[in-house]
Amino acid sequence: MREAGLYCPGGDFYIDPWKPVDRAVITHAHADHARAGSLNYLCATACAPILRARLGQEIAIQALDYGNSLTIGTVKISLHPAGHILGSAQVKVDSNGYAWVVSGDYKLDPDPTNQPFEPVRCNGFVTEATFALPIFRWPSSAETFAEINAWWQQNRDDKRASVLYGYSLGKAQRLIAGVDASIGPIYTHGAVERMNEIYRQSGVPLPPTVYAMEAATKDFSGALIVAPPGMNGSAWLRRFGNFSNAMASGWMQVRGHRRRRAIDRGFVLSDHADWPGLLSAIEQTGADQVWVTHGSIAPLLRWLNEKGIAATGLQTQFSGEDANPAEPEESDAA
Amino acid sequence: MRRFAELYFAIDGSTKTNDKVAALSKYLREAPPADAAWAVFFLRGGKLPAPVPSRLLAEMAAESADVPPWLFAECYEAVGDLAETASLLLAASPDRRTEETLDQFITARLIPLRSMDKTEQRKFLIESWSLLSAKERFVWNKLITGSFRVGVSEGLVAKAVAAATGLAVNVVAHRLAGAWRPSAVAWEALANKDATDAHPGQPYPFSLAHPLDSEPQALGNLDDWVIEYKWDGIRAQVIKRQGEVFLWSRGGERLTDSFPEIVAQFAALPDGTVIDGELIAWKDAVLPFADLQHRIARKNPGKKLLDSTPARIFAFDLLEWQGQDVRSHNLDRRRELLHALPLHFSPVLQPKDWEHAAELRLGARDLLAEGLMLKRRNSPYGVGRERGVWWKWKLQPYSVDAVLVNAQRGSGRRASLFTDYTFALWDNDKLVPFAKAYSGLTDGEIRDVDAFIRHNTLEKFGPVCAVKPELVFEIAFEGIQRSNRHKSGIAVRFPRMARWRTDKSAADADTIDSVKALLPETIKP
Ligand SMILES: [Zn+2]
Ligand SMILES: [Zn+2]
Repeated sequence: MREAGLYCPGGDFYIDPWKPVDRAVITHAHADHARAGSLNYLCATACAPILRARLGQEIAIQALDYGNSLTIGTVKISLHPAGHILGSAQVKVDSNGYAWVVSGDYKLDPDPTNQPFEPVRCNGFVTEATFALPIFRWPSSAETFAEINAWWQQNRDDKRASVLYGYSLGKAQRLIAGVDASIGPIYTHGAVERMNEIYRQSGVPLPPTVYAMEAATKDFSGALIVAPPGMNGSAWLRRFGNFSNAMASGWMQVRGHRRRRAIDRGFVLSDHADWPGLLSAIEQTGADQVWVTHGSIAPLLRWLNEKGIAATGLQTQFSGEDANPAEPEESDAA
Repeated sequence: MRRFAELYFAIDGSTKTNDKVAALSKYLREAPPADAAWAVFFLRGGKLPAPVPSRLLAEMAAESADVPPWLFAECYEAVGDLAETASLLLAASPDRRTEETLDQFITARLIPLRSMDKTEQRKFLIESWSLLSAKERFVWNKLITGSFRVGVSEGLVAKAVAAATGLAVNVVAHRLAGAWRPSAVAWEALANKDATDAHPGQPYPFSLAHPLDSEPQALGNLDDWVIEYKWDGIRAQVIKRQGEVFLWSRGGERLTDSFPEIVAQFAALPDGTVIDGELIAWKDAVLPFADLQHRIARKNPGKKLLDSTPARIFAFDLLEWQGQDVRSHNLDRRRELLHALPLHFSPVLQPKDWEHAAELRLGARDLLAEGLMLKRRNSPYGVGRERGVWWKWKLQPYSVDAVLVNAQRGSGRRASLFTDYTFALWDNDKLVPFAKAYSGLTDGEIRDVDAFIRHNTLEKFGPVCAVKPELVFEIAFEGIQRSNRHKSGIAVRFPRMARWRTDKSAADADTIDSVKALLPETIKP
């Protein structure tokens, strides 16, 4: 660890640095992992267009296909699907026969908008811990989408709009791909629509969506509106008339989080691994040394240590896009 | 059970009263009669003796989920509720979901738990958990531990029953009054449309006042107005018909059983009399609102409570006289009839002019009144919130700048954040706690204060964190009284955070003496 973040001396690069550096390897394009200002970026091929959209078209990016490896300095580096969002990668670094893997954010649950998580054998594993408590066990996404569809349908029957909050990159596209688009039209916030375009260009099939500001109608009853969580309570929503609102996030598992936001419904849908997911991912790596970062670090550490797995905490500045849904969102301009 | 859990989450999740009424009435229409009865019972705050304490239930859940005590503690910390933590820790087994009804769960699963020992309870509970989804388990755990609570009023339940059955709300409220025992038969009696129970207790809709939003001079001639104090009690209607007395709150709560002294007083009135007034606790002067609440909560109060905290009605309007609806009479005429009755009346103020009225308004606080009421003399009794007939001219709240010294996590929806704060004022060079408040900040501010607390906790006493005294808030409150139970020697009413004074440091906060200077001299009206 260095001041700017997680550093690999053998290859002289940082992974997800939070300060500008010469060479940054990026696990995925969420704001807490991908920051502007570095001279050179390395990321998965599918991540590159998103990274450009978020950090600027002019940045220097080297894209690497999943599974291909590259030698930098004395180390060999390769990227492997993390299942978190489109282009999200685990970073594997091979140094003198010792392999470590930095997971970035990951989930094991199926998600049609990105490649599934791939377990990578290694000696040392750096895992995230956003939802590292046994109270977090996700229902199947099929179950959650059935609930979302039922809610949307009911709202349509009651002649009101359905406003669904989900992080603009990743969660929003997973929602749009997963709902039953035959229920009604889908409108989006600009930040969501921008990412939809990139997903489509990358070959991820999404049902048709319309940027809400360009809607041909003023009647949104029966429509689904997908917006970032930051829009909750904002004047932007007025145009939709009578609506019910809901949020899709792993935090919706806890009643207190749901109620604090004063939203009508909370759907449990996360792009992070739940407790059983974290444990199974850690086990599948076969690692004998685990570093824990990003979330509920202490409980997972203690759990692993009690199970005889050497684990250490790693203080980082990753907050988790799910952890603080009220973080300022991009303005609504597609 | 599934349907009842869905009902719970529909009500819990909604912020709109209409949605809650709709969800409940839908449930009542669709559920078997016995389930409907239980739902009405639980939603009106009814409790069954809890067979298992929360702590024990949580331990059993942790054990059966194979979660060690320290990890359970971490989970509880994140959730803030034992029954919920327990329900989240247990793994789901969706293949075994049951169709058992709420009534079956209560009679065949909850009640037998009472006569079991711990080992049997544990076995029995694990069996019942395995039949339920996480949400159903949550509701079930709440029922078992006696901590089931839903944010609905009795009035809302009555409304939903009315909507489900097609009966009038006051008929429902009347039928539910007293000790209502849940059963299929009880539900059918409640929902019965044929029983034409003449309900002598039917109240009139209350006339409501508008806040005065202009200078009082704009109301014109002072002589056109009746001016009274606005008492800080509960708006009530007292009905004497067919030899019976009924006491209703404006919220539709039937208070008759809590106030035998008022019933006795009104029993002496002729049948066919209905008055409107303010219910207050009174012993030589108005007693604090909390005392009145205490009285309301106690049905059939004993002599001790009746002696220590007597209550009365300040009558200010007459709605029915000799069996006739007199609401269309002018206020002057109604009051003339009213004042001939042997009752307590809200004193009528007779200011010389509007300036004098304003002075009287400022004095209202000393009487624990909230301000003045202005009522147009030549007006009939209004229906609902009619404009221009009744005005309430309330006092501005007090406010002081105080320092945040202690914090505690919220409950329910705010369980994961520090949201309950204690504020202190200076007493020479010491900070003395004087009020607790938990409302008034935006979600964003709550998050910022929460972050400050996490980084500036000096010491922990159980759930309470002593916080570095640095943040200053403007605390608004409605009333102030001496109190021996408080270290500061004062108790304030309705304290809340009016503003976060980021421009002030702890040293700039107010002193306890400056607040004591606001204490009223008790004056009898
Ligand atoms: Zn992420
Ligand atoms: Zn993250």
